[in-house]
Amino acid sequence: MQEVTIGIAGAAGDGLDKSGDTLARSCGRLGLHVYAYNSYQSIIRGGHIWLKVRVGENKVLSHGDNLNVLVALNQDSIERHAGEVQEGGVVIFNSDRIKCEPSQVREGVKILGLPMSKVTEEVVKTHGPLQAIMQNTVAVGAVCYLANIGLDEPTSVLTDTFSHKGEKVIDLNVGLLKAGFEFAKANCQPLTKEWKFSHKKRPFITGNEAIALGAYAAGCKFYSAYPMTPASTILHWMASHAAKTGICVKQCEDELSVVNMAIGAGIAGVRTMCATAGGGFALMTEAVGMAGIMEVPVVVVEVQRGGPSTGLPTKTEQADLFQVYGASQGEFPRLIVAPKSIADAYDTTVEVFNLADKYQLPVLLMSDLLLSEHPETVDPEVFNCEVKIDRGEVVSEWKEDQGKFKRFKFTPSGISPRALPGTPNCNYVSATDDHDEESILISDMFTSPGTRRMIMEKRNRKIENLLKELPAPELEGPADADVTLVCWGSTWGVVKEAVELLNAKGIKTNMLNIKYIAPFHAKEVAEILAKAKKKISVEVNYTSQMARHIKAETGISMDAHVNKYDGEPIEPLFVVAHVERILAGKPLSLECTEEEAKDIGYHYLRTHALEKLRPSKLTKESANGYGEQVWNIEFSERATGKPGARMLVGVSTGSTHSFEKLAAE
Amino acid sequence: MATVIELPVELFKGPVDPDWCPGCGDFGVLKGVQMAAAKCGIKPENLLVVSGIGCSSNLPGFIHAYGIHSLHGRSVPVATGAHLANTDLKVVITGGDGDGYGIGVGHLLHAMRRNLDVTYVVMDNQIYGLTTGQTSPTTTLGHKTKSTPQGNIEMPLNPLALALTAGATYVARGFSGEQKHLAEIIAGAIEHKGFSLVDVFSPCVTYNKVNTYPWFKERVYKLEDEGWDPSDFHKSMEKAFEWGDKIPLGVLYKTDMPTYEDGELAFKKGPLVKQSLEADKKVFDSFIEELI
Repeated sequence: MQEVTIGIAGAAGDGLDKSGDTLARSCGRLGLHVYAYNSYQSIIRGGHIWLKVRVGENKVLSHGDNLNVLVALNQDSIERHAGEVQEGGVVIFNSDRIKCEPSQVREGVKILGLPMSKVTEEVVKTHGPLQAIMQNTVAVGAVCYLANIGLDEPTSVLTDTFSHKGEKVIDLNVGLLKAGFEFAKANCQPLTKEWKFSHKKRPFITGNEAIALGAYAAGCKFYSAYPMTPASTILHWMASHAAKTGICVKQCEDELSVVNMAIGAGIAGVRTMCATAGGGFALMTEAVGMAGIMEVPVVVVEVQRGGPSTGLPTKTEQADLFQVYGASQGEFPRLIVAPKSIADAYDTTVEVFNLADKYQLPVLLMSDLLLSEHPETVDPEVFNCEVKIDRGEVVSEWKEDQGKFKRFKFTPSGISPRALPGTPNCNYVSATDDHDEESILISDMFTSPGTRRMIMEKRNRKIENLLKELPAPELEGPADADVTLVCWGSTWGVVKEAVELLNAKGIKTNMLNIKYIAPFHAKEVAEILAKAKKKISVEVNYTSQMARHIKAETGISMDAHVNKYDGEPIEPLFVVAHVERILAGKPLSLECTEEEAKDIGYHYLRTHALEKLRPSKLTKESANGYGEQVWNIEFSERATGKPGARMLVGVSTGSTHSFEKLAAE
Repeated sequence: MATVIELPVELFKGPVDPDWCPGCGDFGVLKGVQMAAAKCGIKPENLLVVSGIGCSSNLPGFIHAYGIHSLHGRSVPVATGAHLANTDLKVVITGGDGDGYGIGVGHLLHAMRRNLDVTYVVMDNQIYGLTTGQTSPTTTLGHKTKSTPQGNIEMPLNPLALALTAGATYVARGFSGEQKHLAEIIAGAIEHKGFSLVDVFSPCVTYNKVNTYPWFKERVYKLEDEGWDPSDFHKSMEKAFEWGDKIPLGVLYKTDMPTYEDGELAFKKGPLVKQSLEADKKVFDSFIEELI
């Protein structure tokens, strides 16, 4: 399959997301498949943003391991990423103010400096001086040539983007796009052969947008939230589309209010959803149990980010499984589900509204920053709003002669038909104290162990029936594989690609993705894993929470674990390398690698106002009195190449043992 | 305006009798809520009584209406959600001073500034009763409780001043020893369009031996007996601080302001719960088109 990966790097506020969007939409309209990932920090201006856009003729399931074109919007981006561009690739930058030296790129990489003032000379003559941000469009034009996607679709995307700003702004931007395109044409060759464009137009959509759209399709009427990355974009979508969807969107004072409002709306009878990140969910946990004991349908979306505590606000992780699994005191039925992709996030959201209503329980839908925030092209057929809506058993009429309405009637299925407030003759109390069939408390005056056992069993009977309705996980890939990779959530895509790579290398591999976390298909999973040869879990966390969960449910342990917890998503070759290591019987090395030592060096420079320097040479040295081997990092001045400083970083601990400026500086 | 058909108070008698201590002030508040609902002609199926946790928060179980007996401190957001989902329901929030002014005060402030059209009746006994007598946010200075054996050293919160500051549009105080008066205040609160806070002296006969029925009876007087004008915000604020030998009861402040519901676009087509669940295909498809 032909593919190309473009990286755009700069500071927050440089507008690179718009550039990425133009590229991705252009490819999406041509019928190419796109997967993008934006690595950013919790900062509004400055910092470092790194957007990777992977384009393929077939569906791509991750942002991948490659980098063919780098668009660097500042000097720091050259420092960080120029060396990542693969042979045959191109580094693009504004050569009026940024430098890229041959020593900073790999062999066979073309350095394409755009002399911006010269390239844009004609456009400036017509339109006047440019804002800095507009040079991005010139770079996009160059990328369009290198990626071999032509000018037609990018022109139409820009025309649409700026349609509200009028003809002049469109002309200006299209002019810049063309200037960049022509400059690249005059200086380079396209990086790909001719594409086979299917021209099937696909939306370029994030996981959070898919969840919001799913909620709208499912008839969600109330959405409450408190801003928190990476869940906020659901709130933004909901708020900006509310006038058309008719959904009541409520930003609350805190997450306690968010979830309690959502549950209140659920009791009153509307379909209701809220979303938050791990920290916000921690505040919500008490109310999850309230929805459990009151048997209220409500959908709570938990988008994981790097923890613990405030942790890494803008980074991805899958470390909240136990928090969500353990949310709230006591035992009660709830559904915990983790969609694996953007298409699945849409379908799952629609599905869980029905399950919440049918089984009258809270649904905890787990996503993570990668799944929620990354955009990709998805087949438009996925987004069909004509979905089945099943509100479960609702009593709309109750005559006085039918006797007392029992809100929590003990039934064989465990499901008690509910009446909504406003229905005559059905009055009841939804109580957090445990209660009898008629909703009278059994907690204070009328304690009754017999009633308590019956209502506990009634509620929990719902779990068995719910489990029967959920599809059991299945193996993907060859049945007789030597290796079985086990994953969950957004990691599905990257593991799927890793499985292909491993099989291509002759390592027969298949995979098992767990979507339904509670209730859990213990029998089916145990059967699959009992037959698996080498079982390896792949998770974006430190403690292999899914592997532990599987062990608790089935008694089966993994043979090995692959984990990543540095904030960035797993990439396919990372999985491949670890599987190969595990198969070779090599232990996991936790030593600080050369790349990490360099990163620690850069971090030191950036945090100590030393950005005139750059790491130029790294040597591993013996203990030197620090009790461990050290990386000796030599820094030189960016401008002159003269030696500037020396830093020693522990190979085992990663500690910065010393930093000394050299006298020459 | 449709004519109000008063309903018999007995209609609101709950399925079980209250389990409060004999003599508890909350009996009077329960009766007051029942009388107010009857006076306002709200059918039991259209009345939603929402509480948190505490002695007084058991109230929804003792009244014939729909009820939500929610979490400690969370009655206000739960009630808000239920109310926004079905604006046809009359929502009365009931609870204690610990529930409303302690653990739940953050929500209370925001509900008041939103001017939601709900009524909040706080049974203020200046003590934590259900947990057997600890200090509360309204416990007076120096009061010895189980958690303040040397006497409370924190200033008590002033609920009426707080409500005025936060933007409540109906601020009143009742006393469970003045039941008819209390019922009128609550009825006024229910009828008022906007957020109504009714702070009620509801003595705890078991754990508060300071702020007792006789203590209040000696001090309280009715604002309306003095020809009080509840429309003046600044005078009301001043009055909110009257405490000591003379303590005012009645409607301290009342004003008409746009409610949250007035501004919410989603209600233009009626209560959410009565709207169609199906997404509009044209609208939905236009959202997908935006992403191409």
